[in-house]
Amino acid sequence: MIDLRFNTDLAENILTGFIKTEITRAGFSHAVIGLSGGVDSSLSCFLTAKALGAENVLAVRMPYRTSSQDSLEHAQKVIDILGIQSITLPITEMVEPLFARFPDMGDVRRGNAMARARMIILYDQSAAFHGLVVGTGNKTEILLGYTTLYGDSACAINPIGDLYKTQVRQLARAIGVPEVIIDKPPSADLWAGQTDEDELGFTYAEVDQLLFLLVDKRYSPRECIDAGFSKDFVERVIERIRRYHYKRVLPPIAKLSNRTVGYDFLYLRDWGT
Amino acid sequence: MKLTIALAQIYTKLGDVNANLEKHLSLIAEARRAGAELIVFPELSLTGYALQDLTPSVAHSPTVNDPVFRYLIDASKDIDIVVGFVDEDARHRFFIAGAYLSQGMVLHVHHKVYLPTYGLFDEGRFFAWGDTVQAFDTRFGRMGIAICEDFWHASVPYLLWLDGADLLLFTSASPGRGLNTEPRLESARWVEQINKAYASLFTTFVAHVNRVGYEDGLNFWGGSTLFDPDGKLLAQGPYHQETIVYTEIDLNQLHRSRVRLPLLRDERTELVKRELSRILEGAR
Repeated sequence: MIDLRFNTDLAENILTGFIKTEITRAGFSHAVIGLSGGVDSSLSCFLTAKALGAENVLAVRMPYRTSSQDSLEHAQKVIDILGIQSITLPITEMVEPLFARFPDMGDVRRGNAMARARMIILYDQSAAFHGLVVGTGNKTEILLGYTTLYGDSACAINPIGDLYKTQVRQLARAIGVPEVIIDKPPSADLWAGQTDEDELGFTYAEVDQLLFLLVDKRYSPRECIDAGFSKDFVERVIERIRRYHYKRVLPPIAKLSNRTVGYDFLYLRDWGT
Repeated sequence: MKLTIALAQIYTKLGDVNANLEKHLSLIAEARRAGAELIVFPELSLTGYALQDLTPSVAHSPTVNDPVFRYLIDASKDIDIVVGFVDEDARHRFFIAGAYLSQGMVLHVHHKVYLPTYGLFDEGRFFAWGDTVQAFDTRFGRMGIAICEDFWHASVPYLLWLDGADLLLFTSASPGRGLNTEPRLESARWVEQINKAYASLFTTFVAHVNRVGYEDGLNFWGGSTLFDPDGKLLAQGPYHQETIVYTEIDLNQLHRSRVRLPLLRDERTELVKRELSRILEGAR
């Protein structure tokens, strides 16, 4: 039996400690979070508010004209429960001129442009609010590459990137995120009616179990099939992990000198702090 | 004879030796005031753990002429101190090291003999491998130091035991990992299990000091422990919190435990030597 459950008190303790120390040692005391009203960003807000104090957290709502009203309302619920600061900055006027210039732009291009417009706003608010951008990407989407490079994946620190989507739900429930947010179908809300599971072609419940075996338990593909996953599903997921690995690493630098950033110039980010 | 030990599970600044030295000196003074006779700091307590290319710039020599060690050696006039640092030898090799300081002298320096270089660890890339395992005499009896991965190889505590160590001092910078439904991380459970096992199998005291804090995304879980020669847990620090854990140990417990359970008396070292030689020769 594949058991992804975990001790939420222990996780909360480690993650709030991580947020507080990593932001403080970088010389900051505030955080900025893009709050969509989904479970990932809601959990990041809860953890960050616990770590830094509600008054030090700025939640940024960035709706596009087609974004669902539910998302905005769910985000408002989180803001009200936590008492964190908030600002609403629609991206419609930022992205529409680009969309008008390329009327045949498909959903993927439009979605990426919207995710990157939100990144621009978050990093601008980061400077204005003197806070670091706290990430909201979970382990499932990082491994599947289900994210926009330099868009929603952009952040200073990520407290939930080692929790699978189903684990995000477990911690969200334990920490008090409203049930309506936890139970709704996950969606990037980049176009009307979009859901993650439709787009990916499988459910988080299924893929999290497979990823747990492949990544955490180091199962071979054959062993995953023997454990009951279909060959096609296993192969598709492995190929996704491989194909999108570029989103998980810094761009390679062409080595010329004796010492090159990324290869033999190695320091942690916490260097000297 | 009684001995009060302070296990200092501290948070270190990565690569800032002067800041870490100040913290050491202030906690040494605090422990002395609290009546401790020995304070033990974690692995690489003067430097932080994931040093990578910082390694050569944070190295120090455990001598009175060293700008860092002269303060620590001076502080050891009143309380014995175990400190973790990067040792650069005369040939410019860098070791993960632990020094035992007492009464203004350096009694012993241990160089880590097992450098984990797998998974999230990369020590063998930056450090040289120590090549000796030796116990040493202190005013409280004979002790031995092992650093983190050292005590994941049974041979290191075993050799220290045979060399006369009645108090094993284990130091770590153990990254927390393995979250499941238990209230502690798997890494904590693994380490606690083997510490208890060594205390029980060798009928010795086993003190373990593990650091706390974060380096980038790594958390260090603390939870320092002291087991007595019956394998009984005498004290444990909290997980993930910076603190000093004080414990008074009764060294006469060694007498009582070994009367009950004479494992040391019965250990057949000649048999071990003979069979080990045969095995190693057979492997050639």
